[in-house]
Amino acid sequence: MSSQIALPILIPLLSGALSLVFWRFRGMQRFIAVGGTAALLLSSIWLLGEVNAHGILVSQMGSWPAPFGISLVADLLGAIMVLLTGIIGFAVAIYSLATIGRGHEAFGYFPLMHLLLAGVAGAFLTGDIFNLYVWFEVMLVASFALLILGSEKAQMEGAIKYVTLNLVSSVIFLIAVGLLYGKVGTLNMADIASRLAAMEGDGMVDVLAMMFMVAFGIKAAAFPLFFWLPASYHTPPVAVSALFAGLLTKVGVYALYRVFTLIFHHSPGYTHEILVWGAGLTMLSGVLGAAAQYEFRRILSFHIVSQIGYMILGLALFTPLAIIGGVFYIMHHIIVKTNLFLISGIVHRLRGTYDLKKLGGIYRRYPWLAVLFLIPALSLAGVPPLSGFFAKFIVIRAAIEAEAYGVTFIALLVGLLTLYSMIKIWAEVFWKSAPEDGDTDPYPEISHREVWLVAAPVVALAVCTLLIGLNAEPIHALAEASATQLLAPERYIEAVLGTSQEVQP
Amino acid sequence: MEPLMAVSIGVLFACAIYMMLRRSIVKLVIGLMLLSNAANLLIFSTAGMERGRPPLVPEGMAAPAGSVADPLPQALVLTAIVIAFGVLSFSVVLLRRAWEVVRADDLDKMKDTDT
Repeated sequence: MSSQIALPILIPLLSGALSLVFWRFRGMQRFIAVGGTAALLLSSIWLLGEVNAHGILVSQMGSWPAPFGISLVADLLGAIMVLLTGIIGFAVAIYSLATIGRGHEAFGYFPLMHLLLAGVAGAFLTGDIFNLYVWFEVMLVASFALLILGSEKAQMEGAIKYVTLNLVSSVIFLIAVGLLYGKVGTLNMADIASRLAAMEGDGMVDVLAMMFMVAFGIKAAAFPLFFWLPASYHTPPVAVSALFAGLLTKVGVYALYRVFTLIFHHSPGYTHEILVWGAGLTMLSGVLGAAAQYEFRRILSFHIVSQIGYMILGLALFTPLAIIGGVFYIMHHIIVKTNLFLISGIVHRLRGTYDLKKLGGIYRRYPWLAVLFLIPALSLAGVPPLSGFFAKFIVIRAAIEAEAYGVTFIALLVGLLTLYSMIKIWAEVFWKSAPEDGDTDPYPEISHREVWLVAAPVVALAVCTLLIGLNAEPIHALAEASATQLLAPERYIEAVLGTSQEVQP
Repeated sequence: MEPLMAVSIGVLFACAIYMMLRRSIVKLVIGLMLLSNAANLLIFSTAGMERGRPPLVPEGMAAPAGSVADPLPQALVLTAIVIAFGVLSFSVVLLRRAWEVVRADDLDKMKDTDT
């Protein structure tokens, strides 16, 4: 019984409830936002430390024994994801203090943010497949409301696509859970895995695997199911975009990792082959979509899609090195992508637009901002020695070793095109001289307090990127340990069910 | 009972997908409602249909005698109904707000955020 597993779920739930109590007290809500996310970050660091020291931690809710009650399970991948949730939550909370308007705060921005974080952390820590569905819904409902906060026209249009496709994905997930229950008669993921292992060569299992792949593929924005993402991610306030960009699709990727390493790993020749092609096409379609765009946040949204491809490729190749690469990629990507969105918000605050053609000359005025952009941008493209280089290097090396040359070629090409997109933003926004259309409106006056509030999270995330890049060895060791756990599902099963498996019908 | 259930679930899914493929947002939301109900019925029937055998443990025994209805899918359906209710009421509100802002009930007129 280890209660620290529940903390990363309980803290944001509690902060969300407290913020609701202080509905009319703006200052109090802001205080809870920073305090609550800081507590979440601390608890997630503690959890990762414990998991690293003692192996997989399991907690049975209500003390019901394993296959009957709901288990919370923290293995290394889950703990790493929770830590990233904590980092992103804290950074975005501080950034929101300066960028979220009074109107948005009055309609419950902070309570929704806490509930979103609770949903995300719950999805990472649960060991029960129906409970995973519930956490997905908690996260989705919070994200629906955050997406339409402000109810502008673009937000409404984006939200309709986002809501519809995510609901369809939830329904597919729910059907798959129902059919899986009909098949194995249990909902505990470890128990499902051990029972499915006994019924090999059953066609129904492949059907279920495909249903889960489609459901999580929509959430993760994989090809050909990604259309909701570029249609909606550039519409809400930028702090919301950053939070979504960092966490939401990665919950889908995490669910794919969990399900396809623990439950459906019996016929990799079929399922993982489909994932390989899905990954390749995801990378390609995302990056080509981005090449055609001239809107800051839209380019970044399409790049989320293309980067998801690398993470899924890590899972799809299904060799130890590939899984290490995939986990490393997730760690690098969440930090870098959130940071890029936060910087796009600063640019918008300075110039009042996201349109690359109307921007320009920011380097002349704010060279530090340009440098801060360059760190995550080059890292995203995979320029050494930043974090993205090692992430791409491991994944591509795994692809070569697995003799998947087609996907290797795509991955390298996509890296190049990513560099093109990032250089395009750099040249258009920061380097070229400001466009002269008569009314060169001056830069707005920004108070010192606001500069600190928006710059601190950006700098902190950039430092994280540099740390991952320059000090890759311990991060790689962590990814390696979590890949070892993922590829040995019997350890997960044993940790959850205990060694003495009392199997009852 | 099972064939009847299977057919009605299939018809519900067919109607839901047909409605979702229409251009009107109202029909889209109706489609979503039918879809979630179809999914709920599907889960309900996965554990097999037992008639008149409640999962009650007789007095003095540790387990119910013979085969009984599985209560777990019903609990799942209950949870799913509550979630679907919340999400669908959200989408009805979204529908109304979208109509107020865009002034159109046509998904083809909502292409500004697409490429």
